[in-house]
Order: sequence, then C-alpha cells, then structure tokens
Amino acid sequence: MSYTSAETMIAVAARSLPNHARIFVGIGLPNLAANLARKLYTPDNILIYEAGVIGAEPLRLPISIGDPCLVTGSLAVCSFHNIFANYLQRGLIDVGFLGGAQIDRYGNINTTVVGDYRNPKVRLGGSGGGCEIAIFAKKIITIIPHDLRHFPAKVDFITSPGFVGGRQNRTALKLPGGGPEKVITNLGVLEFDADGEMILTHVHPGVTVEKVRENTGWDLNVASEVKETDPPTPEELRVMREELDPDGVYLGRRKSKTA
Amino acid sequence: MQNDCEKKSKVMDLYTAVKKFIHNGDTIYLAGFTHLIPFGVAHEIIRQGIKDLILCRATPDLIYDQMIFAGCARKIIFSWSGNPGVGMLQGFRKRVEEGKLEIEEYTHFGLATRLLAGAHGMSFYPLKSIRGSDLPLYNHYIKTINCPYTGEEVTVVPALNPDVGVIHAQRADQEGNVHLWGIMGEQQEVAFASKKLIVTVEEIVDESVIRSDPNRTLIPGFLVDAVVELPWGAHPSYAQGYYDRDNAFYIKWDEISRDEEQVRQWLGEWVFGVANRQEYIQKLGAENILRLLPRNSFSNPVNFGIYL
Repeated sequence: MSYTSAETMIAVAARSLPNHARIFVGIGLPNLAANLARKLYTPDNILIYEAGVIGAEPLRLPISIGDPCLVTGSLAVCSFHNIFANYLQRGLIDVGFLGGAQIDRYGNINTTVVGDYRNPKVRLGGSGGGCEIAIFAKKIITIIPHDLRHFPAKVDFITSPGFVGGRQNRTALKLPGGGPEKVITNLGVLEFDADGEMILTHVHPGVTVEKVRENTGWDLNVASEVKETDPPTPEELRVMREELDPDGVYLGRRKSKTA
Repeated sequence: MQNDCEKKSKVMDLYTAVKKFIHNGDTIYLAGFTHLIPFGVAHEIIRQGIKDLILCRATPDLIYDQMIFAGCARKIIFSWSGNPGVGMLQGFRKRVEEGKLEIEEYTHFGLATRLLAGAHGMSFYPLKSIRGSDLPLYNHYIKTINCPYTGEEVTVVPALNPDVGVIHAQRADQEGNVHLWGIMGEQQEVAFASKKLIVTVEEIVDESVIRSDPNRTLIPGFLVDAVVELPWGAHPSYAQGYYDRDNAFYIKWDEISRDEEQVRQWLGEWVFGVANRQEYIQKLGAENILRLLPRNSFSNPVNFGIYL
C-alpha cells in the first residue's frame, strides 16, 4: 500500500506518545498524530490546545488553532493566560509538539525570521506559544521536513530553545521542561545524546543514512545501530484518511491545502 | 471605564462608538484569539480614516493585516503573525521585511502576562518563559529580576494598558454586562486593562438573561463605555454557537493580500463600499450566511437555586 511522507511522520509520532498523558497539540500534523493515537493507542490521553481548550474531542479536522469544533464537547475551556500559566508553566504538560523553519543540532527552533531580525530576508510568524511549549513541556516532539534549509548548522534566531548550547547549558538556564526528545522528519527519527546533540536513530523504509547526512547542515551523529521505522499500518492509514483528514488537507494527498 | 456606577444604557451605533472613543495615535487592543475577532469595529476604524494607531494583538490576524494595508497602523505589538491555518500574513510580512512597520514582539505568554499586569493594576509581572530565546536581544522591554524570596532569576514584562480595548461577544445587556463563551482568549484581561472599552455583541439581551447565568459574565458592565449590537460582527472569524469561521475567506485573503491592487479593490468593495455592518451582511448574502451556521448543541442548564 502506498503512503505519503506526511502519513509516515504522523504514524511514527502517534506511536511515540505515552498513554495517560496530557498532550499539548498544534494544528496540522501534531493534531493528526495526537488524534490518531487517541483512537488507536492512547485513548486516555487528554489533548490540550493553545487556544485554551482542555480534553478536546473534535468531530471534524480543526482548521485553525482556535477552531470551534475543539470547544464543543471538550472538558474545559480556559483563558489565554491560564493555558500558559496554569498548564504549561505549572508543569502539567507531558508532551508538546513543535514545528519550525529551522532546527539546529541542539534542537533549538527558529520560527521567527530568516536572515537578520532587523533586516529580515523572510519574516516568519514568531513564537506564538512555541517558546513556552519548548521551555515547559516535559518532552518535546518536533515534526519538521528534512533538508538543508530546515537543518542548518546554526539557526538564524532561537525562538524556542532546545538544549541551547548543549544539555548542560539548558540545565544552567534552569528551563523547567525536559527539552527536545525526538525529531521526526520525512527521512527518519532523531533523538538527543548525553550532550544534548541530535543523533540519528531511525530511517524510514527506503531511506539511507547517507541521504539523511546529506540533508543535514552539520556533521550528524549517527547511532551505532540505525533501525528502520515500521511503515504506517493499514489501520493507521484508514483512520487518518477516513476519519481524521478525509479531504487530505495535511496528509499530502492533494496538491496544497489551499487547493 | 465609567467613573460612576449609575445604571444607564450605553447602547449606541457603531459609527458613534468608534468616533467617540478611538482617536489618531491611540494604543488599541482588538481582542479575540481566533474567536470573536471584532472585524466590524476594525472596518469602521478604516472607514473613519483613523491613523497612527499602535495596534496590539497576540495574533494580528487578517483584522490587523487589513488595517495595516488601509494605513491605520504606526506600530504592531504582537506575539504571532500569521494567517491561522493558512500561512503567512502577507501585508504585515511585506512591510516588516521592507522595514516599513515598527514591531514590538513577545511570546504568547509574554504578551498575555503584559495584559494581566495591566488588568491587575500592577506595573509589571514575572514569568519563567522567554529565557533561552533570542527575543530579549531585540525587545528591551523584556527584562529579568531576581526573586526576592528564592533568588531565582525570572523574566519580567511591563503592564499593557491600551487606551481603548475592543471586544466582540455573543451577548450583553444595555449596560454592557457581557456573556461570552467558547474560547475566552484575552478578552477579560483586555477589558480590565484598557482605559476605555467598546463592546460589540451578536445580540443585546435583557438584564434578566445576564442575571440568570452570572457565572457566564466575563466582563461587568461598569467597565464598558459603549455597547453596539452588531450581528456577524466577527465575520470572517467566528462566534461560538452563532456562526463558523469563513475559512474560504481566510484562504482567499492569502491571495488578495499578495497584491496591493487587489487589496485596494477589496477594501473599496467590502469596507468603503458599505456604509455599515448591516450592508456588509447584506452583501455577504443568504447563501454564505447559511453555509456558516452550525447545528445546535446546548449545555445542560444549571440550578442556581432561589434563596429567600
């Protein structure tokens, strides 16, 4: 059965979620991964959205972070300040998802600017709640395309700190959350070693280690035994395609989400 | 805020409310996190040609993109600039890339904390975020202090007290006691932090409706300066239980906003080409309105009891 790289990333992310956990979810691939996991693997997880919705069980694909479908039937709704103060800063979030325009070897993420902040080549969205998720969540899973543009040696701007200059650096800064745990790309899965540096642990079926290294902007550490990820199962694909994203907006099954 | 608690109707039309309370050079906050975004007020500000505004919003969204294009903005205070669920915010982005728009940038929590300090009458508030990011290098309002009890270094941000706050909600009475449900965003903080407050609502209801469910009152009427009945006042964003987000327009704006000429035409047709919100809704048409209506899902009533 054929499948897209988005479907692979969603399936791999879904399988990596713990059960009985509070998951801070963003729109797009993280939302699909968290809901796929809720349907197949982690039914007791509580999905929390930045707009202030706790325990959402959306009946349709949310099209924005504040989609009304998140509210109807949820457990609780709180204010914008409360979601960051009471839930994130208080340390109640087990897993947070991030994406970005750039990620470096220490898992620092840039969603602010390409080029110089004061003289930008491309002005991006900025932090939103990304910086807070990065600082406070116990574990961070990042889903990001794997190429030289997204994996530079140095990010142009640290929007959401990972291990900053290494694991000890993050500890010295007293950032409360656990920092980056996993980076899931269209080529494979990367984790973080004792120094807080990214290390390739898995490649997706048909991807070589060499290809991953070629698409990474620094001399990438590679685990002594690189495993192959399991491709999406028929059941995972069925739930994604029939229940979660029937129009294929995020599954890479149509040309663009604005088509 | 009114200085007295004298009971009186603050109901007025949109033109009067904007004319009376929003002036050139003001710092304003049009509230609403993806939900209940007060587009009706924004379009009236554009129509009245109000300029040099400092526009504050966590997410500038289409509402500030339109005001930026229309020449209302001197500066943007924000924490995430995008077209939510669609992509970039083209007008904002282009002007920032060209160095033509001043910005003051926070994280969501940083900006929410600024508002909370303003709402609480404090001059600043601490938070544990932002540390480790590059934002403080470019925004010197973000500082650190040491906790006097533990010695721990924490981030601090200054209070934000807008000259005028604007809120759209589902319903209020004539004095401005506001019932708001669904995503609550930063509306309550904006109401308490702002020096003047304009409230627009889907419907004005009798005071008895408000009193039947006091836990749902997010904003007490004595904070409110103007109440405007403005059905569909948040379109193309949404009002929980009333209408859905017009996502087709959010996608269309991505295309319109890439071309200054298309924006001029759109503003000419949908903002300057209508006299008020009623004409905008008529122009929107029955088909669009029906498309955006949700099916009903009522909460179970709660029993407050009668205590004699």
